[in-house]
Amino acid sequence: MTDISTSDVQHLAQLSSLQLDDHEVEALRVDLGNILGYIDQLSELNTEGVEPTYQVTDLQNVWRDDVIDNYDLGRDELLALAPDADSNQIKVPKVL
Amino acid sequence: MVKISDFLNLSARENVERALAKAREHEAFHALLSLSEDRALERAAKVDAGEITGRLAGVPFIAKDNFLTLGDTTTAASKFLENFKAPLQATAIEKLEAEGAICIGKANLDAYAHGGSTENSAFGPTKNAHDQARVAGGSSGGSAVVVALDIVPFALGSDTGGSIRQPASFNGVVGVKPTYGTVSRYGVVAMASSTDTIGVLSADVEDAELVMDILSGQDRKDMTTLPDFFVPTLIESPKRIGVIKEFMTEDVDADVRARVTEYIEAMKTKGHTVEEVSLPMVKYALGIYYIVVPAEISSNLGRYDGIRYGARAEASSLGEVYGLSRDQGFMPENKRRIMIGSYVLSSGFFDAYYLQAQKARTLLINEFNKIFESFDVIVGPVAPTPAFKLGENTEDPVKMYLADIMTVPASLAGLPAVSVPAGVTNEGLPVGVQLIGPRKSDALLLALAKEGEK
Repeated sequence: MTDISTSDVQHLAQLSSLQLDDHEVEALRVDLGNILGYIDQLSELNTEGVEPTYQVTDLQNVWRDDVIDNYDLGRDELLALAPDADSNQIKVPKVL
Repeated sequence: MVKISDFLNLSARENVERALAKAREHEAFHALLSLSEDRALERAAKVDAGEITGRLAGVPFIAKDNFLTLGDTTTAASKFLENFKAPLQATAIEKLEAEGAICIGKANLDAYAHGGSTENSAFGPTKNAHDQARVAGGSSGGSAVVVALDIVPFALGSDTGGSIRQPASFNGVVGVKPTYGTVSRYGVVAMASSTDTIGVLSADVEDAELVMDILSGQDRKDMTTLPDFFVPTLIESPKRIGVIKEFMTEDVDADVRARVTEYIEAMKTKGHTVEEVSLPMVKYALGIYYIVVPAEISSNLGRYDGIRYGARAEASSLGEVYGLSRDQGFMPENKRRIMIGSYVLSSGFFDAYYLQAQKARTLLINEFNKIFESFDVIVGPVAPTPAFKLGENTEDPVKMYLADIMTVPASLAGLPAVSVPAGVTNEGLPVGVQLIGPRKSDALLLALAKEGEK
């Protein structure tokens, strides 16, 4: 169990763009503490001089021609997926 | 159980109608989120008219609901995508359709494939095919159950840390998680890009082999795909089999150990040599996994913002659109993983968690490489227990994660792994044995599994 405070959870929620209610914050405080407590076991491993692994293909630099391909998708089809759209634009609430 | 061959050279329309009827008959298991009846019957008419031919002409199948398909919704079992109708199809679906296969519906999963029981679905859990009081496993729980119930001969799943293998084991079907990069992931809802794989669940090993043969290969829409290396094969000489010592301890359910031991004994009688092997790093695999994968999840799920597609919450400012849409659209487990990801990637914690985990991942891979210098294949259980009871682990996320402890090592190393039925416990619950091989040994694993069926 790693000690996580309510304000830690609120900070992480902000980083994650999650608007949580108080009940969720408290539940996550307990759960995250337990999960971090478990993964903390990695700190006992000596990894000095070990290269990190970021991917497990043998591939490097897969190139394609610099040609636009719309994958057979049209603008109207994609705009139709938006919760709110008007005049070929996606609408959102006022920003300022 | 039904096989692909049971559906070939028959009326595609009748095949589809039979599968749909069976799906409706088994509604109580809640294995399916939607049926695509209209499109399936349309495709069947084309097959019956001879317009579409192929190795799977007229064969019905079901896809996990994180594969984009035309015809009905693709929800990823989330509120966010509850009404989402994809404008395109996953490459895997396109390849199967090109061979005449017909997708009749979409299978339930843990929302966004986060989970090991299908209890994290926003639309309610799937029940185990052998005991409705127990979980289907997950996250491809629905895909495993529809095969176990004989609704279709095969189903598509995705496996990031065990999501094909564990439900296959819990329901007594075959589950194939291929070498990372074998099958295109284009059009499949992304979870953790460095371990996400696409695979198949089926009643029969040969059927899984045929489907993998069709699915494998490079796709220009997924730059991580490998040139096609999958060629079905047979076992012609004795293999060196290693039994993973760390997976056969007393912490593992006694019946699970007994079934796996019997399977290994049967391999011996076929002439293979069997020895115990030790992989000390596997005890860290779950810790590595629950750092690396949430990190990638927090990044991949950033796209669900309520702006371009999916559900948007009622809100008065743009910030609230993001915050509330995400709060309402995600399940608690999705939020836990996003938050853990944000934590391990934060400045100040990055080196201690994320970087340390990626270094530990290298040590784990080195250990596998070393073992595969002396062994062709390693074996062990798929999960430490048979299917657990619904609700048994939902209050404790760490306890739920421990169900993945035997499947995450192969995922982190990008290795192929197959879950094969190995009998049942005294209570009649299925147990699976896991065969793990070096990269690109997928066909060998299936050949061994085929041999084991006889």
